[in-house]
Amino acid sequence: MHWVSNGVVILLIAGSIWVARSVARSRFWRESAIELWRRRRLALVVVGVFVFIALLDSISWIGGARDGDNVAAFQPRTLIDRMVQPEAFKEASYSAPLASVAFYGGQPLRFPGAHLLGTDILGRDVVYRALKGVRVALLIGAFTSLIVIPIALLFGVTAGYFGRRIDDGVFFLMTVLASVPSLLLLIALIMVLGKGTLQVCIALGVTGWVHLCRIARGETLKLREADYVAAARALGVSDTRIILRHILPNIAHLVIITFALLFTGLVLAETILSYLGIGLDGSWGQMIDQARNELSRTPIIWWNLAAASVFLFALVLAVNTIADAMRDIADPRTRREGQ
Amino acid sequence: MAAYLIRRLAYGALTVLGVLLLLFVLFFAVTDPDDIARKAVGERARPEVYVQWKKNHGYDRPLFLNREHSVSDGRRYTDTLLFEHFRRMLTFDFGRSDADDTPIGKRLWEGAGPSLSLTVPLFALGLLLGVAVALNVAFFRETYIDRTVLVLCMLTMSVAGLLYIIGGQYLVGLLLKWFPISGFDPNASVVARFLALPVLIGAVTGFGADVRLYRTIFIEEMNRDYVRTARAKGCGDARVMLRHVLRNALIPILTNIVVAIPFLFTGALLLESFFGIPGLGSLTVDAINGNDFSTLRTMVYLGALLFILGQLLTDVSYALADPRVRLS
Repeated sequence: MHWVSNGVVILLIAGSIWVARSVARSRFWRESAIELWRRRRLALVVVGVFVFIALLDSISWIGGARDGDNVAAFQPRTLIDRMVQPEAFKEASYSAPLASVAFYGGQPLRFPGAHLLGTDILGRDVVYRALKGVRVALLIGAFTSLIVIPIALLFGVTAGYFGRRIDDGVFFLMTVLASVPSLLLLIALIMVLGKGTLQVCIALGVTGWVHLCRIARGETLKLREADYVAAARALGVSDTRIILRHILPNIAHLVIITFALLFTGLVLAETILSYLGIGLDGSWGQMIDQARNELSRTPIIWWNLAAASVFLFALVLAVNTIADAMRDIADPRTRREGQ
Repeated sequence: MAAYLIRRLAYGALTVLGVLLLLFVLFFAVTDPDDIARKAVGERARPEVYVQWKKNHGYDRPLFLNREHSVSDGRRYTDTLLFEHFRRMLTFDFGRSDADDTPIGKRLWEGAGPSLSLTVPLFALGLLLGVAVALNVAFFRETYIDRTVLVLCMLTMSVAGLLYIIGGQYLVGLLLKWFPISGFDPNASVVARFLALPVLIGAVTGFGADVRLYRTIFIEEMNRDYVRTARAKGCGDARVMLRHVLRNALIPILTNIVVAIPFLFTGALLLESFFGIPGLGSLTVDAINGNDFSTLRTMVYLGALLFILGQLLTDVSYALADPRVRLS
């Protein structure tokens, strides 16, 4: 199983190099990317750091555990696990950030002053747990995008391009799915499909593709009437080729922007699912959910809640601001207004 | 006009049937009714109990077509899960809960009141606040006021809704002790104390997205020709914004509000369950925790039905107001 995620990491790195090269080749994309970097440097760096952490947490292999640590010796452990050594870097129970004694009882800790954000009820390091949540959050986005983008583009573009019966069918399907309140549909889907990463991502995908599909359809309807599409058709270019060469590249920026906004929605929706007990294991949502009663203890235990919330907030805010800037850059009307 | 109305109504009805089909696929074809029964009676129940439970809740029928029909005992081809599901939902005969056998219809009636008493003030406050702030921000666009509010919106939008509830309960309920942390009282004079905090938190949660949306709508209206005409006539700022821009912007704003109408009835899931308000949101959360598929099914259906009705009403009122829609 861990070889799958190692393979995905290699594929991702290869894929991003390929994307970077194609971005550099086209003038529009190159200039947009430079403009985005100029406007949202900090947010891009934050997202980059998160992606880096998630990659570190995805590369794993078996072996190299300490002597006597029987469980860890036979399980694949990621680079993050190897850096933190969570089985050893543990306390008995709660301890405050950078404390040298336990929160209850006051016994000296095994690692005094080493837990930057303290430990949780089982004595696990909070920074480690929050770092592990990065991969879960990005996984939601990555998995769901693998489901949403192909389906939405296939349905949206064919409906917009060919019209008639196909359009009627797709439009009806979109109307039906859009009429069900999305949170309820999401819950129903997870109840039916069961818990688990893949199931939750499928459910998020089914509820999420409609919005992207509607945008792809609307934009294709407009592009179909464009002069260059008419010219291509007059030259005898096939429909498939027109869609691939002329329509898809021209809706790509909308797909990216819509997906960035969808992604933050997914990460926030996952916290609600965690509260309802159907979220993903190890997510920030679960950390928040588990920490929710700790506020009413005296003295208050705030670091679990704070760590998960700050990580979540940083990721969502960074992606939100990037999406916002991308929309401004892509839309010449707001670009003029902004300068 | 009549032709348009009939066409629109027919499409709405077709959508309802589509939603019902979707629910059937989800709750009967993908989920095995045997699983539902096993979850309800428990893994170790005797086979008789299990068969009896399935019979009582109507899960013992075949999926699509009943081939073992006989006219003498009243069973027909259509005595199946598919037809029974459509018949029940369309006649609002929701049957009994899978978890505790109470009639779902009765619980819906009981839950509607508390839900509405939370969502209606929330809805009104959110709308007023959003429109008021957005109108001011749009008027002062491209100034530091505008930028500050936009940054604020972005910040509030990026916080998980769960956190507002936890934080709000802690800060206002536990530290400041202004309002009770949770609870509900059907007595109208006392209930305001319980509802104040959830309404406030709900309004803050929706604030960012609403203000940004309304601001875009207002700015679009402010660039129209009639605003220039109004200014040329010598209208003051207040008159232009309130009489001209606000009135015209209400149409797109109302369209967006319709989308939120089903939530008035299905309730705010998180708010209700955190604050112990016995409404339809709590009902849904209980259904999720108790594997109560029949209640969940009903809630999803009602939510969709209300949404479709809302859209229908908007489209019809559009058609009444705008002749271009009617004739196309």
